[in-house]
Order: sequence, then structure tokens, then C-alpha cells
Amino acid sequence: MPRLTYKPPHDCLLIGIRTKQLANRMSLTAKDKDTVKAFWGKVSAKAEDIGQDALSRMLVVYPQTKTYFAHWQDLSPGSAPVKKHGATIMAGVGDAVSKIDDLTAGLLNLSELHAFTLRVDPANFKILAHNILVVLAIRLPSDFTPEVHVAIDKFLAAVARALSEKYR
Amino acid sequence: MVKWTDFERATIKDIFSKIDSGVVGSAALSRCLTVYPWTQRYFGKFGNLFNAAAIASNPKVKAHGKVIMGALEMAAKNLDDIKNAYTQLSILHSEKLQVDPDNFKLLADCVTIVVAGQLGKAFTPEVHAAFEKFLAVVVASLRKQYY
Repeated sequence: MPRLTYKPPHDCLLIGIRTKQLANRMSLTAKDKDTVKAFWGKVSAKAEDIGQDALSRMLVVYPQTKTYFAHWQDLSPGSAPVKKHGATIMAGVGDAVSKIDDLTAGLLNLSELHAFTLRVDPANFKILAHNILVVLAIRLPSDFTPEVHVAIDKFLAAVARALSEKYR
Repeated sequence: MVKWTDFERATIKDIFSKIDSGVVGSAALSRCLTVYPWTQRYFGKFGNLFNAAAIASNPKVKAHGKVIMGALEMAAKNLDDIKNAYTQLSILHSEKLQVDPDNFKLLADCVTIVVAGQLGKAFTPEVHAAFEKFLAVVVASLRKQYY
């Protein structure tokens, strides 16, 4: 008799309700949201630094992303436009944390911006998210535990989905 | 044929000399099983993987982490021919273990994050780029024998 290794999710009793409530797959649980909010309390003091580092990194490690910034004079890590834009991005992510209960509505304007004006291929949201995670591991090594990692990864994926809403 | 710059060669060698190899493989595997729980499908015989704490303390996860680390170190020593060095591993993963190759990137991302955590500020964007290039070559070599 093969050993049963499947473990039902803790909130399996709520699945009926959840299925109706949630439009997206792999949505944020209450625990995820609490984890994200608590962790963001520690991030916000270093947010600009983290944003600048993540963006710098992305431009170096994934050079195809530079195509979106051809209008900047200097794309090197820590340059003035990178610093400024890194801060802008992190302010957006921080705003998303405050709107975590309804990201689609909360990020409507940003979605329209990315869809119609910036026209960033949504695959790049994943790339930037990965670089944010790397920077979090560097800057907050003891706080960025596997449990926090999964919650933040899910959150950034949810933000990416909300940003992609208006694309087509 | 992958071309490595002198900087990349030196950087990869340096990274492997600095990281705690006893820990990195296990921490990365443990993180992968926690952050991407569907990867647990390949580890049915590992026992308790029910939550992050169980995964982190699971002795089979720790042991397998060391196996993975050994393979990465082997790749680092064979930079100019990882593809051939990994032929048997690729056949193993495709024919015997039947691992969906998309999972290799998930584990590679976790390895990057664990190494970043260990090296801290020394994991500069340039060092990071060299390391991700190395992992991309490892992943591509592991995919090579799938058909």
C-alpha cells in the first residue's frame, strides 16, 4: 500500500468560500498578508536603498531590461536615474502593501500606466521581483526566512498580476 | 560553447571558496521546497515536509542538499565543458527521476538567494551576474538530454 504523502491545505474547510472570493490562483492567504505587512515594517526604513540595489542589479544581470531605459544617460549601478527610479519603484511596492486586500483596484492607475504608456512586457515583472528578493536576502538575512520568502514571492507575483490587468 | 571572461572565472572560483558548502545546498533545497511547494512531488520518500520548520530540519533534505552542492562544485571545476560533465546527471533527471525541467530554474533562484544571503554586500551586481550565468549554464546542461 503506497504511503499517502499528500497533505491537504490547512484552510481546506474554507476552500468553498475561497474559490468564490478569489479570482486569481495562488492568492494571498490571511497569513501571507500578515507576514508581508510585518516584514515590510522592517523594509520601509531601507526601501530606497533596496529599490536602487534591485534595479541596478536587474540592469546588470538581465541586460535585456535596459531596453526600457534607453532614455537615461547613465544606466550603471547607483547612478542618479537608477537611484531615483529605484525609490519610485519601492514606493509603489510599499503602496501595494497598504492596498494588499484589493491589489487590482488599488493598482489600477499603475496598471494603466504600464499597459498603455510604458508597455513593459509583463515577463519583466518577474525578473524585477527576483532581484528584489535577492536584495532582501542580502540586506535582511536573518529576517528573510523561507516563510517570509514564500509570502513576499507570492505578494510580488500578485502585484505583477494586478499591474498586468489592463494590458489586454 | 560557453565563453567565460577572466572576471567570471575568478568570481565563480571565489564564490565557491567563500560560501559554506555544508549549508548552501541544504538551505537552497529547503527554501525551494518551502517557497515552491509543488517541488515536493519529487521527494515523496523524504518523510515530513509539512511546514517550513519540518523541511528545514529534515535530515534527508540536508543530505540531498549536499549531493546537489557536490554537483554544483563539479560544474564549477569544469566550467569549459559543463554540458558534457552533466550528461549522466541530465539523463538521470529526465529518464529516471522525471523532473519537469522548469523546476531547475526554481532551485537555481533559491541557490542565488542563499548565496546572496551568505556573501552580503560582496555579492555585487557584477558578481551576481557571473553567478546567475553559471547557474543558467548548469540548468541548460541539465535540460540537454531531455527529449
